[in-house]
Amino acid sequence: MSRINDVGGMVGFPPIVEEPDEPRFHADWEAHVVALNGALLRRGVYNLDEFRDAIERIPPGEYLAASYYEKWFRAITTLLAEKGVARPEELAGD
Amino acid sequence: MSGNHASSPVAAQVRHVEALLEERGLLDPHEIDERIDALAAGGTPANGAALVARAWVDPAFRERLLADGNAAIAELGFSMGGALQEQKLTVMANDADEHHVVVCTLCSCYPIALLGPSPGWYKSEAYRSRVVREPRAVLREFGLELPASTRITVWDASAESRYLVLPRRPEDTEGRSEEELAGLVTRKGLIGTAAV
Repeated sequence: MSRINDVGGMVGFPPIVEEPDEPRFHADWEAHVVALNGALLRRGVYNLDEFRDAIERIPPGEYLAASYYEKWFRAITTLLAEKGVARPEELAGD
Repeated sequence: MSGNHASSPVAAQVRHVEALLEERGLLDPHEIDERIDALAAGGTPANGAALVARAWVDPAFRERLLADGNAAIAELGFSMGGALQEQKLTVMANDADEHHVVVCTLCSCYPIALLGPSPGWYKSEAYRSRVVREPRAVLREFGLELPASTRITVWDASAESRYLVLPRRPEDTEGRSEEELAGLVTRKGLIGTAAV
């Protein structure tokens, strides 16, 4: 069964938009998310396949609405909760 | 889309999670900053361009690069082992009959060590979905009009396997230095959405 990330060949997407002089990151938090993911992978809190899977199972509507690094952050917090590192409400800061 | 500002809700959430993980001993203070510095010092398209220029001036290197990408890039000091596991690198050479273009339909797999972080369009659903179905139309949107007789081959990258395009050397570049040649090579040329 394919998931929403499996868009190869899917019809209906618009023309491709190139951003001139695109920066490496659009905000500091994006770099933080990449660094955070690297640190957690290196510590073995989860592995790369688990990370990819966590992105791929984001519900389709949210997947398509989220920016690239928003998906990453969502996958990280999903895995931190599932691995028992912290409860969802703690991660959300509630 | 949201979160393009330091004050955005997601920026605050990221800071909160970092603090929580530090508290629980899963992150060292300064670890994030050190990793960000390392990211900034990582790969850039100049690495891929250097490989292409070498292949243009040195036919034996070109052969080695096409035969075994991982071994050949080590000659210039590059490696696909920067992540947790070494990724296989395949290099495909464009010629008059065939043009290669790379995508990751599932997400964003990309030879970061040789090209740096991928551009936003490479990660977009629009590119990922369309380039495998209508590559010629997609390349035209990028301003690359190929003769109808040129076959287009699309390569779908994966977690274990990454691809780099070796563009055709532009005409009238005889006598240019390797460094000058490298300056002609663009990131899009290395992905296949530009001629060079």
